[in-house]
Amino acid sequence: MLFTSYEFLEFLLILFLLYYLLPGRWQWKLLLAAGFVFYFYAGPVYCVYILVTILTTWFAGRRIEAERDKRDIWLKEHKEGLSKEEKKSIKAKIKHRTWIWTLCCLLFNLGILAVVKYTNFVIANLNGLLKAVGSGRPFDFLNIIVPLGISFYTFQSMGYIIDVYRGTVEAEKNPFRFALFVSFFPQLIQGPISRFGDLKKTLFEEHPFDKQTVALGLQRILWGFFKKLVIADRIVAGVNTLIHDADAYRGAYVFVGMLFYALELYADFTGGIDITIGIAQTLGIKVTENFNRPYFSKNIKEYWNRWHITMGSWFTDYIFYPISVCKPMLKLSKFSRNHLGEVVGKRVPVYLSSFVVWFATGIWHGASWNFIVWGLGNWLVIMVSQELEPLYQKFHDTFPVRGKFAFRLFQVVRTVLLMSCLRMFDCYRDVPLTFRMFGSMFSEGNWNILWNGALLKIGLSAVDYFVLLIGLMLLITVSLIQRKGSVREKIGRLPYWGRFALWYGLFLTVLLTGAYGVGYDSSQFIYNQF
Amino acid sequence: MKGKKICRTIATVVIIAGSLALLQRLLTPKYTDGIIEGALIAEYYGEEKDHDVIFIGDCEVYENFSPAVLWEEYGINSYIRGSAQQLIWQSYYLLEDTLRYETPKVVVFNVLSMQYDEPQKEAYNRMTLEGMKWSLSKVKSIYASMTSKEKFEDYLFPILRYHSRWSELNEADLKNMFETPKVSHNGYYMRVDAKAAENIPEPRPLGDYQFGKNAYLYLDKMVKLCEEKGIQLILIKAPSLYPHWYDQWEVQMEEYAEAHGLLYYNFLECIDEIGLDFQTDTYDAGLHLNLSGAEKLSTYFGRLLAEETAVTDRRSEAELERRWQQKLAAYEEEKRQQYIQYGIK
Amino acid sequence: MEELLSILKDLHPDVDFEKEEHLVDDKILDSFDIISVISEIAEQFDVVISAEYILPEYFNSAKALYALIERLEDED
Repeated sequence: MLFTSYEFLEFLLILFLLYYLLPGRWQWKLLLAAGFVFYFYAGPVYCVYILVTILTTWFAGRRIEAERDKRDIWLKEHKEGLSKEEKKSIKAKIKHRTWIWTLCCLLFNLGILAVVKYTNFVIANLNGLLKAVGSGRPFDFLNIIVPLGISFYTFQSMGYIIDVYRGTVEAEKNPFRFALFVSFFPQLIQGPISRFGDLKKTLFEEHPFDKQTVALGLQRILWGFFKKLVIADRIVAGVNTLIHDADAYRGAYVFVGMLFYALELYADFTGGIDITIGIAQTLGIKVTENFNRPYFSKNIKEYWNRWHITMGSWFTDYIFYPISVCKPMLKLSKFSRNHLGEVVGKRVPVYLSSFVVWFATGIWHGASWNFIVWGLGNWLVIMVSQELEPLYQKFHDTFPVRGKFAFRLFQVVRTVLLMSCLRMFDCYRDVPLTFRMFGSMFSEGNWNILWNGALLKIGLSAVDYFVLLIGLMLLITVSLIQRKGSVREKIGRLPYWGRFALWYGLFLTVLLTGAYGVGYDSSQFIYNQF
Repeated sequence: MKGKKICRTIATVVIIAGSLALLQRLLTPKYTDGIIEGALIAEYYGEEKDHDVIFIGDCEVYENFSPAVLWEEYGINSYIRGSAQQLIWQSYYLLEDTLRYETPKVVVFNVLSMQYDEPQKEAYNRMTLEGMKWSLSKVKSIYASMTSKEKFEDYLFPILRYHSRWSELNEADLKNMFETPKVSHNGYYMRVDAKAAENIPEPRPLGDYQFGKNAYLYLDKMVKLCEEKGIQLILIKAPSLYPHWYDQWEVQMEEYAEAHGLLYYNFLECIDEIGLDFQTDTYDAGLHLNLSGAEKLSTYFGRLLAEETAVTDRRSEAELERRWQQKLAAYEEEKRQQYIQYGIK
Repeated sequence: MEELLSILKDLHPDVDFEKEEHLVDDKILDSFDIISVISEIAEQFDVVISAEYILPEYFNSAKALYALIERLEDED
């Protein structure tokens, strides 16, 4: 069920009615059932995968808690006769046991993810190697279905088990409640990746019908639909033309395609998240924000703190930090300081851990070299700008442009262009082709296509461009207003008919200019496949 | 305060419902120029419904038979519920729909659509289904007809289907928003121009000549429905040269008619008797008859109807006669205009 | 405490770490800074702050961070 399908809207409507008609204590159970209906509809087999992850993670969490309870009871009983050393060794022993449970859970579930998502990638690379050395019969590819949203719910569950291990959240006793956390349907397909500690605050509560919250949620959904249907699904035709027939569209076309794709991805992904968060809000549930006007960032590092925030913070908390502060890493850091000097030594942990994180981020997005190179490209840009920091500082000391509008604009344009360039790895078939296409931007010199009408022949008509332009302007305007607080709240303060005109106007805009229905191949959310 | 709020809510609902309804009217194609076939189905509802003969079927009925001739020459009051590529289940449900309003003595069904066992094309579905008034028959027909990409919701709220037409709106859309001019003559789509049938493509051999299960299912249903209502069902195959009517198909239809005691006329076998000349009697090289062809065929078929069925001459009914005089006047007027348009005579 | 303050000052000379209480929430310290701080602390205090302690509550102010170091020292 796509978010933008009639089925989904009907599903939502029925759910919504039941949710507020049934007694409040049934609400979370209803959501659990809805999640499984939703997932079952996507593919009955998928349910098996998600159930396995739910049960193993819940069980591991319970075991960890049980070990700790045992420890506490034992310590309490033997409080008197224990020396400090003995206590410490008991604690260490239990900690080790909980770590074993955590590790098993992580390996098992990440193992499932790795097998369904990366087996064929590994086989392809093996075959490439075999061919290179000129021996052996190539391995056959496995026919594995990748369950919908597996990357998202696996990460969400693994975040939970690590949090339980670290003691930042209590293990959930009720397996059904835990199941709801993993399978909460609005975020099942494309995130955000919620933390148990955050989501449980509102997920299991009773939510009486509150007009205000529901209205805000509906408005958010509508805005998501606008981004998704009016912009993303319309521009996708042009993007596909430019990408799929890469050799016919070189040079300036690549530049156009790059920017179009950046817009498509932004509208598609943030629109989808708007719908997710909006749905949750209509149900009285608060889902963590995933975006914070990312393209307004002054550099790539900041961009990654504002784009797909929950994924970024997942990687930071559960991969970056553990790697960079683990004992071997600290030893390595010390070693390199002693032998390579302060300057290099200090950088070792950061460089190494962020390399791992960006490699993982890349491959998480998709099982292909494109994504790995894309991830490492981000890493490179961030490291370079980190190293250039003193230089920037000097520049700013000499030219006090910081804070000036023109400079801010320059930074924003730079962010957009850099990110769009990196995103090209998303688009083209393979890595060499991406580099070739990138190069062609500088060699082809066909910039006249920008004004000679050639852009009307890439699957987008004048009407499409018109709608896109208006849509883009609206998008930018709203983002600009958002800098000074919630737009929905601002609109909420208008008189009734003003509010009505704005929201109904937006509704009609989506209704009339949305690219949906017969005649438009409503594209899947781009992030589904990840 | 509370009263004010209620008023405001009511006003809001009215504005939303009203504007959406208007937009839907505006954006839905009216089929008043260009592809006027799309307007045929809906026109029926504005008629006095006391017809003796109802035709159902595809273009081979609405372009090949002229009810005006049937009236003028035989006093037969008939109507054609035809539409482009009308599939057999659509014909069946149209029949169901028609029988909600009247019970004719004879129903004539053109069997060309027996060749289709599955939904075909969205555009044709639209032209057949959209004009129908809402009823259970319409709902069933939609579900039977939808191709894999279509959604029932798009039929329920056509604005969802036609939302993007705002960029193609023309004057006619505004002018005909609430009332569309008649485009047919009791369902007959008139064309006076001629294009000789030459180079009829050689029929392609088919892998399987057996009509599908689904097609037979609906033909059976049609037979049963007519039996229940005491209507005589006549099967015909119109004398269009193309698409090709295979001998293997002919055999199946003859056997079916025989088995069910139905009249079956294959007019392809009596082209000379009818007097059709495919040099002058078709406007698109043999696919459809033009006015002159349709009138010849109607004269021929009218005699069969008068002789073989219980249909009677109703020219003595004053009220009906008066209505037909108006229709005939419109018929003659369009003839005149088309002759001018195509520069004939 | 002085040692800790000098570690922090090295990273951001322009921040008043004695007063600032929202180092993480206000994004004054980013993840790279935190790593640097931790490895400096490991060096100078011989205390390893493992990943589970990298939470805003411990890194929002120098005071909180210092309290954490003392606690971990004690546990060691």
